[in-house]
Amino acid sequence: MAVLVDERTKVVVAGITGSEGTFHALRNRSYGTQVMAGVTPGKGGQEVEGIPVFDTVADAVERTGANTSLIFVPARFAPEAIYEAADSGIGLIVCITEGIPVRDMAQVTAYLRGTEADLVGPNCPGLISPGRSNVGIIPGEICSPGRVGLVSRSGTLTYQIVHELTQRGIGQSTCVGMGGDPVHGIGFLEALERFEADPDTDLVVMIGEIGGDDEERAAAFIADRMRTPVVGYIAGFTAPPGKRMGHAGAIITGSAGTAQAKAEALEAAGAKVGRTPTEVAELVRDALS
Amino acid sequence: MDLYEHQGKDLFERHGIPVAERIVATTPEEAAEAAAKLGGGVAVKVQVQMGGRGKGGGVKLVHSPEEASREAARMLEEGFGGKPVTAVLVERLVDIGAQYYAAISLDRGAGTYLAMVSNAGGVDIEEVARTSPEAIRRVHIDAGRGLRPYQARRLTGHLPAEAREGALDLLSKAYDVLAEVDATLVEINPFVLLRNGMVMALDAKVTIDDNALFRHPDLAALADTFPVDPIEKHAKVAGLQYLKLDGEVGVIGNGAGLVMATLDLVKQAGERAEAANFLDVGGGASAEVMATSLEVILSDPNVKSVLVNIFGGITRCDLVARGMLEALERVTPEVPIVVRLDGTNAEEGRRILAEANHPRIAPAETMVDAAELAAALARGASRGSRSERERASGSGN
Repeated sequence: MAVLVDERTKVVVAGITGSEGTFHALRNRSYGTQVMAGVTPGKGGQEVEGIPVFDTVADAVERTGANTSLIFVPARFAPEAIYEAADSGIGLIVCITEGIPVRDMAQVTAYLRGTEADLVGPNCPGLISPGRSNVGIIPGEICSPGRVGLVSRSGTLTYQIVHELTQRGIGQSTCVGMGGDPVHGIGFLEALERFEADPDTDLVVMIGEIGGDDEERAAAFIADRMRTPVVGYIAGFTAPPGKRMGHAGAIITGSAGTAQAKAEALEAAGAKVGRTPTEVAELVRDALS
Repeated sequence: MDLYEHQGKDLFERHGIPVAERIVATTPEEAAEAAAKLGGGVAVKVQVQMGGRGKGGGVKLVHSPEEASREAARMLEEGFGGKPVTAVLVERLVDIGAQYYAAISLDRGAGTYLAMVSNAGGVDIEEVARTSPEAIRRVHIDAGRGLRPYQARRLTGHLPAEAREGALDLLSKAYDVLAEVDATLVEINPFVLLRNGMVMALDAKVTIDDNALFRHPDLAALADTFPVDPIEKHAKVAGLQYLKLDGEVGVIGNGAGLVMATLDLVKQAGERAEAANFLDVGGGASAEVMATSLEVILSDPNVKSVLVNIFGGITRCDLVARGMLEALERVTPEVPIVVRLDGTNAEEGRRILAEANHPRIAPAETMVDAAELAAALARGASRGSRSERERASGSGN
């Protein structure tokens, strides 16, 4: 097993006729992902290298049985693409697009709470269950199938850590790139919950960074609910404190949001925290041996 | 994008939130004229994109045009919080009965907005949050439905009866501001009940979501009113995320998380060396991008070594290596450049660099090795320059 994506994942790519959409749809397909369809309004009936293009997601679902939407459309159209996917019976929506206004995302996530759909992203690299399905832009070549789950706010830093795991012969069940936007879909909590329930995930790597309090809340979840061991990494120990406009942020979280505070919260919850990406991979190796 | 107080207050006024009569001044003379025109006591308030003005001497109450001119001259000359100051706000003093706090802010944890009202104002509000949290009422706002009247009533229900109606009106209009301009923060610290019964906003902190500026060309145009570091501007135009820091090791990487991790490794590598900057080249690392990045970094005279840390995902390391060499035909650095490539086609990339055998490039295998080497090179260089300085001062004695 794996979480969120596997052999049953059938992808419809929103924005497939754009250069990025075409490039990654084909990469995902050659990895072995079932890329069933694309959607670009006004281009229904065309094909991209044998992948049929439809005008709407509903058409694509009806004709191809797609259950997952992968979104590459520009920021100003991306919220519409998410609403459309959710209303067309798509179960998992993966939004790669960056630069979506926060207010739009706050409205989108409020709407999604009343639906069955899960969202990953936006502004994320997507997710991969190595050897089964790759939905997004994570380079499949650096991953290998195995039993370590991974969830991260970052892109290339994630690749670095996955690469170090793979080099040590440690494969992954699923890598979830949750994205770096302040308002997003699946976060650490939801990913940890799924990995905890997955019989084929033996350990979870969690990669956080400064800002917000997602890591602190994840730490509380780890302490209360997780039996699967967690190894963490936090980037940004030496990042300069951002200038502060007002007091509201500090009042809301009650947390400093610093890398130090996050690492301490994770350690207090029983997770091990690596100081370098290499140390993370070594901690994982030691924990599994 | 953080607005100046006077820009925030203009937004407030347009939405019907009461604010004091005020005039923006960019010279001491203008400040004196403004004080004379407003008459009586005025506050001279430094205009900066940060908080902490009251405690930092950025707000002065004065009673004559001469005093206003003097304070304005001091603020414009000294700057505030290390930043240049180009304007002050001269504002008519009002007769304050009681002070409160209100904010509507994005709550990342909840994925939506949180409105807060405190009945204790004019004090350290973060201290209030810690010691008497019951003084602050909080309500989450559904971004689809907006701030509902019942929520505003709940938020203002702990204020004295005479302030409630005005506070309710102020709060709902503050939400209108937030929704209309795509703000992620509207904070009013303090808002006050005047002795005449009116409720008024005495401050305005408004942060606009940069991602939404395409919908607000009028606000996007305000970006020109803020001080910008010329190097940061150069980087921004080239599509690079650059932030100047205080260390000696110039850092170039792809992806914000990886760059942050690199800064941490430089710091861990030695007590004395720290990163000179944050620079994220984003998705591509072409010759053009590498050349601009090097130009940006080397324009900082503190830089004693450069660390290039690229993880090739979609980006191929062989292309990065070629780009690097091409860039070095355009830019001639006098400091060593440690290059660490990993990921897609990394071996090919390393081979290309090894064959080129460029005198300035020092290859490294891992992130940790690269950080240690770059830090050691920077330390070595600064030790050298320090002993040279010592020799120079010795000869002067």
